[in-house]
Amino acid sequence: MNWFRKQLQTQRTRFILLVTLVAVMLAMPAFASEYILYMLTSILFITLFSLGTNLLLGYTGLLSFGQAAFYGVGAFAAARILLAYPSMPLAILGGMAASALAALIIGLIVVRHTAIYFTMLTLAFGMLFYEGVQKAELILSYITGVKVPEATVFGGGWGLLDIPRGTIFNLPMDSMVNYYYFTFIIAGIAIFLFYRLVHSPLGLSFQAIRDSESRVAFAGISVRKHRLICFVIAGVFAGLAGAIRTGLLGNVDPLVFHWSTSATPIVSTLLGGMYTFAGPIVGSAIYYIIRDFVFRYTFVWQMAVGLVIVALVLGLSGGIVGSFEQKLLPKFRARFAPDKNQKAGKTVY
Amino acid sequence: MADLAYQALIGLTQGMIYWLIAAGLTIAFGVLGILNFAHGSLYMFGSYLALTFYQYLGMNFGLAVFLAVASVGGIGFLLERFALRPIYARSLEIQLILLFGVMLIFADTALLGWGTNLSFPPVPPLLAGTTEILGRRFPIYYIFLIGAGVAVFFVIRGILEKTWWGRTMRAASSDREMASAIGINIRTLFATSFVFASAIAAFGGALSMPWRISQPSLGTDVIIPAFVVVAVGSLGSLVGALVAAILIGVVTALGTFYVPIMEVIAMYLIMTIVLIIRPQGLFGRAR
Repeated sequence: MNWFRKQLQTQRTRFILLVTLVAVMLAMPAFASEYILYMLTSILFITLFSLGTNLLLGYTGLLSFGQAAFYGVGAFAAARILLAYPSMPLAILGGMAASALAALIIGLIVVRHTAIYFTMLTLAFGMLFYEGVQKAELILSYITGVKVPEATVFGGGWGLLDIPRGTIFNLPMDSMVNYYYFTFIIAGIAIFLFYRLVHSPLGLSFQAIRDSESRVAFAGISVRKHRLICFVIAGVFAGLAGAIRTGLLGNVDPLVFHWSTSATPIVSTLLGGMYTFAGPIVGSAIYYIIRDFVFRYTFVWQMAVGLVIVALVLGLSGGIVGSFEQKLLPKFRARFAPDKNQKAGKTVY
Repeated sequence: MADLAYQALIGLTQGMIYWLIAAGLTIAFGVLGILNFAHGSLYMFGSYLALTFYQYLGMNFGLAVFLAVASVGGIGFLLERFALRPIYARSLEIQLILLFGVMLIFADTALLGWGTNLSFPPVPPLLAGTTEILGRRFPIYYIFLIGAGVAVFFVIRGILEKTWWGRTMRAASSDREMASAIGINIRTLFATSFVFASAIAAFGGALSMPWRISQPSLGTDVIIPAFVVVAVGSLGSLVGALVAAILIGVVTALGTFYVPIMEVIAMYLIMTIVLIIRPQGLFGRAR
């Protein structure tokens, strides 16, 4: 509780905003339609996906274009578990464990590289998963020597369909309200843990690696090991997002592995601001709404997303949250909730 | 045995296409220090424009290729001037994300411009037909592609080693600040090199127009193999890109001969193995 008190004292504005947001989110099912709940659940899992990706991009300085691999592994693992034994917590844990394992294996190869190489390799490995899952039965047949019938393990090009949401300790998840609350709690815990992580010594060492790799190495910290830890944590967040997605949609197809899926958290993060904690969260919500809107009116949604990216990079480089913190937040604070220890121009992560 | 050799020739043709894409990527990276995510889109534009000039406007094949290359050179010029120049000082991640956005815009531009109709790729009459190699019929156009790939390698080599412009490119790629200090206009050089790299991509695209169907997703489809090629051959090494492209093309073709699933995963397997043994790539210096 001490920690909470300290936060309340030092970051009052943020706390007020946060409490309001949580209250609104909790009250949502009382007045919102099922579609709105569906949308919010989607935004929540995209948020988890984006936070994980931003741990690599914003905090450690590694741009991964292959996060869809772990997102997909989480989604497919959860789907297989739910089809075998309809328990949502088991599916979530299984999805996270599977993606952690996948991230560890791929991570051991890719963290040896940085910058451009890292991006290219993650992109290529992501696509390996995309190709591999469609041909999984053929590959298994060759490895084991036993003929595995087509589309039985991962459903080939169609993926897996009719996945039940299962139950949580006998509480059925079929209703949208229940699943929304479940996702909200899981996401809340995950976001809280993420916040603690990036403010912990481990999280600070990630940021130190981003700022100066050689200084970190001189300080006696193993850069490669920390990158691997970061990569695995990012993978677990992606896997958690994928598992929640499976429960929400009830189907999972190989497109979850496609590199365009990897682009979602990157664009969201960029939209919100990659050097801020809340950036990926706000960005995910805005990205989802923009995409939802664009899909309705035009088939050239890629162009819309592309234009948003170009405009953000060339124009609003700090993202929405970044710009808000630099320009609007100081005014907001001065007017409504003057913080005790506020210093002008101090960046708070 | 003849079957294998024949299969290897097919793989070599595919490898040459990989090389034509990877060549421009390598030059743009070497000089500008930018990994061009939109490079595959320039290749796609080359392919589409050649198709338009040749089939729809009824031009001579050579002229169609030339015009396609020149137009994409123009696109490259605009891209460098308005998108890349403002972000040279920004971090690598930001540059990659911006070019990714450009790639998305280009993909949908092609979709709007040429639609989703897939037309059967026309082969110019002079290069149509087949010839007998190893007791089998082999398309003449494939031989032309292999020849063109090799020619492009020697032309680039010649430019980089024998011309003043090529030497300034090499100077800028080994030490940008020093090159600038001895009076090389870096801004102009960046623009011309990027146009050159775009033109090579367009040349590859134009030549592969009769070989594969032009479609809006081409730009995004070819960029991943191109990344794999430059990662295997070491980023920034032209010889590396050529060798890696041929290696990947041939091994994929031979692998597919024995195990059909190799067609999609051989490339990634080669990349994984090479990068575990030599993280810097086949032709890179140890870091």
